[in-house]
Amino acid sequence: MEFKGRTWKFGPDVDTDAIIPARYLTTSDPAELAEHCMEDAVPSFPPGFKQGDIFVAGKNFGCGSSREHAPIAIKAAGVSCVIARTFARIFYRNAFNIGLPIFESPEAAEDVCDGDELAVEASTGIITNLTTGRTYKSAPVPPFMQEIIAAGGLINHVAAKLGRG
Amino acid sequence: MAMTITEKILAAHAGKDQVVPGELINARVDLVLGNDITGPVAIKEFNRIGAAGVFDRERIALVPDHFTPNKDIKSAGQSKIMREFAREHKIVNYYDVGRMGIEHCLLPEQGLVGPGDLVIGADSHTCTYGALGTFSTGMGSTDIASAMALGETWLKVPESIKFVFEGPLKPWVTGKDLILRIIGDIGVDGALYKAMEFTGSTIANLSIDGRFSMCNMAVEAGAKNGIVPPDQITRAYVEGRCRRPYRFYQSDPDAAYAKVYKYDATKIEPQIAFPHLPENCRAVSDAGHVEIDQSVIGSCTNGRIEDLREAAKVLRGKKVHNNVRLIIFPGTQDIYLQALGEGLIEAFIRAGAAVSTPTCGPCLGGHMGILAEGERCIATTNRNFVGRMGHPGSEVYLSNPAVAAASAIMGRIAGPWEVE
Repeated sequence: MEFKGRTWKFGPDVDTDAIIPARYLTTSDPAELAEHCMEDAVPSFPPGFKQGDIFVAGKNFGCGSSREHAPIAIKAAGVSCVIARTFARIFYRNAFNIGLPIFESPEAAEDVCDGDELAVEASTGIITNLTTGRTYKSAPVPPFMQEIIAAGGLINHVAAKLGRG
Repeated sequence: MAMTITEKILAAHAGKDQVVPGELINARVDLVLGNDITGPVAIKEFNRIGAAGVFDRERIALVPDHFTPNKDIKSAGQSKIMREFAREHKIVNYYDVGRMGIEHCLLPEQGLVGPGDLVIGADSHTCTYGALGTFSTGMGSTDIASAMALGETWLKVPESIKFVFEGPLKPWVTGKDLILRIIGDIGVDGALYKAMEFTGSTIANLSIDGRFSMCNMAVEAGAKNGIVPPDQITRAYVEGRCRRPYRFYQSDPDAAYAKVYKYDATKIEPQIAFPHLPENCRAVSDAGHVEIDQSVIGSCTNGRIEDLREAAKVLRGKKVHNNVRLIIFPGTQDIYLQALGEGLIEAFIRAGAAVSTPTCGPCLGGHMGILAEGERCIATTNRNFVGRMGHPGSEVYLSNPAVAAASAIMGRIAGPWEVE
């Protein structure tokens, strides 16, 4: 499972209100949420954004609310994965549950610049900066969690296992 | 082996004699909570699981409180999804407009959560119930959907951090100021993935409402839960109120903590968290001249009777500044009635405040007090992120109720001592 894309760089403590402002939480439609992803944090986003691009951020990404709409909005916007120094606890859980791959890597969070092209291998946790040639480590995603991501989230994964998928 | 109160509650719900930090457990849950933002997503996921029904219709609480009374057609649709699910599954603890309250004020008040319980909710401020010696934590909708079907959830046992406060509080200092001071010191990720345990003589003398405010904002330091050791104050609150048997757990004296912070409570002043993070704290006396356009008193952090009494003490016989809108939200219908009976509501209205039915509305920029570009608000709520209460160019300052009331009178951030 490999992800490749351009880096969109964010600072520390990106909160869930920045990811998807509460004024849009009257819907849970992923496409509608995606339209407003990061609009208060980066008013110019998403021109230039391509499907598969990668978010790289500082510490405590996704702090604040428990809204699952936050990882849903990022995933539906076409972001292939999020790399951060650390993730807020509820966001971390929600991301896997809805099938958004995330990687904790202080090294990458420090070194990667906005616009760098990255390649991330989920099974090894190795992040390669294709722009600079540097590599960074993160914890590999265990096989069962890769299965959850491949299925598109925990419920799909459970349903498939139960033979209902 | 010695354990903390958090570890003991988790062990009991995992059917184990002991647990250690870092251990992954599958735990039985006593109550599962959803609201009108997270509930509809959980219901959609629940229906996709294909479960025959909910695990226990008495152990699920559904509270439409965020965009209610519904502000528009879309939010009305979200509430309708919850209402229909509650009827279909005969959910006992469904609270509609007119009988509801802000979820984290309502559930303890109605006796749905008690000491020793393990509670999960699809709202980050579910950690509020730690005030009763409960383990409670926020999760997302998918986790809640699965718990509604199974009555259990997986958890990683957190390390605990102990905060010890000693000594009497200065006038106008509340639980809100203690938790803001902590977040100011350790930062918004200072307790990431950890349990925060609040103890010491100050906490032993702190009211139950003050304890709710403290545990409520544990998530603002990144914590999994906040918890206060249950005592006589807890007992006085839960006795005759809790609908299920409860149990007091206490940390062992030799339990292990990742860190211990000690505070001389006599030195702590009323706090203000400046934009745009709850960690940007300073004493009210160091706030400088900050003019405000709006003051909001209420929310799951500070919408309880003691909070309203504090606000009324400051507002009675005074007038809200010409340039300020003061909006006050009692946390539940019962709190509203109690405040009416005590004459607090009349004092608010005579001072020039708008008093509202319970709702989370303004706290998250939902409705009932949205800020325009460039506007400033002082609020007794819990978050002051960019755009939290409206336009991304607006600002939110967090404080306790007496400070928010005094600021409404003065038209700028002010201490209650300035209007006495």
